[in-house]
Amino acid sequence: MADETTEQGPVTTLATPISLDFEFTPGIAQSKFLRGLERGEFLGQRCATCGKVYVPSRGTCPTDGVPTTEDVLLGNSGTVTTFCVVNVPFAGQSIEIPYICGQILLDGANLSFMGLLQEIPVDQVRMGLRVEAVWVDEGDLTPSLASVKYFRPNGEPDADYETYKEYL
Amino acid sequence: MADSEVLHAEHRLEYPYSRSTGPIIGAFLTALRDGRFVGATGTDGKVIVPPTEYDPLTGDDVGELVEVGPGGVVESWAWVSHPLRKHPLRSPFAWALIRLDGADTALLHVVDAPGPDALATGARVTARFRADDERIGSMADIEAFVLEGGAA
Repeated sequence: MADETTEQGPVTTLATPISLDFEFTPGIAQSKFLRGLERGEFLGQRCATCGKVYVPSRGTCPTDGVPTTEDVLLGNSGTVTTFCVVNVPFAGQSIEIPYICGQILLDGANLSFMGLLQEIPVDQVRMGLRVEAVWVDEGDLTPSLASVKYFRPNGEPDADYETYKEYL
Repeated sequence: MADSEVLHAEHRLEYPYSRSTGPIIGAFLTALRDGRFVGATGTDGKVIVPPTEYDPLTGDDVGELVEVGPGGVVESWAWVSHPLRKHPLRSPFAWALIRLDGADTALLHVVDAPGPDALATGARVTARFRADDERIGSMADIEAFVLEGGAA
């Protein structure tokens, strides 16, 4: 045994992985959004009081505190309101760096969400860039944001700052 | 599945931490990998197991490492009737504070006993280590403590 210790050397580190298994239930409103993704659609909800369209909707309007009951089908295009170029590698990274995380404001929506931007050099991304969603193949659609492969420029002229300045 | 049905999904949140052991805990874990126990001598001469980096009374460095166990005495225990998935044993067991022979403090570990009636404060137990090629320098290198001479 003593010889074995000499061969292996003393213990200097201890692996202490921590993990939490849990079941996620998105609720009625987010389930609708996720079902939309399964069909290749962005489905939001409108507040009957203030008229804002949330995507994904949590089922209530955070401003008015009322249930959002009207479903709104949104288009496939939107505007990059702001973005971040990721250059830092980290454990479990699945995308090659550098890559771009953009806040995407879908046309007709009043809430932006984060999306991966591709098919554009990182130094050409800008606020106001017009983009469209690229979906996975129809057979691979699932009720998950993984159904959206990424967003890419849709070729339209940049959006006017006035149209998205409230969503930064 | 109808659109009105609410979704649910299994998720796992996981971080791959690793910790530096330092020279004292490292020596304790190295000894476990060898299938033995060591403790640290405090400034008052008491033997601390598992060892601390510093003397709990004075904050000074602890003194020499001494070999203790593998037998010991159950100081306190709690019976687990229904082990959970992450517990070290599948069958009912006891969490116990065990003061190893030669030590002045107690070590928290598992006692694999036939049932709560077989266990008592003051019972003699001894470590059952994993096989030589399964030990990696971890508290789990001790599979469990078992009652000396079978059921008490």
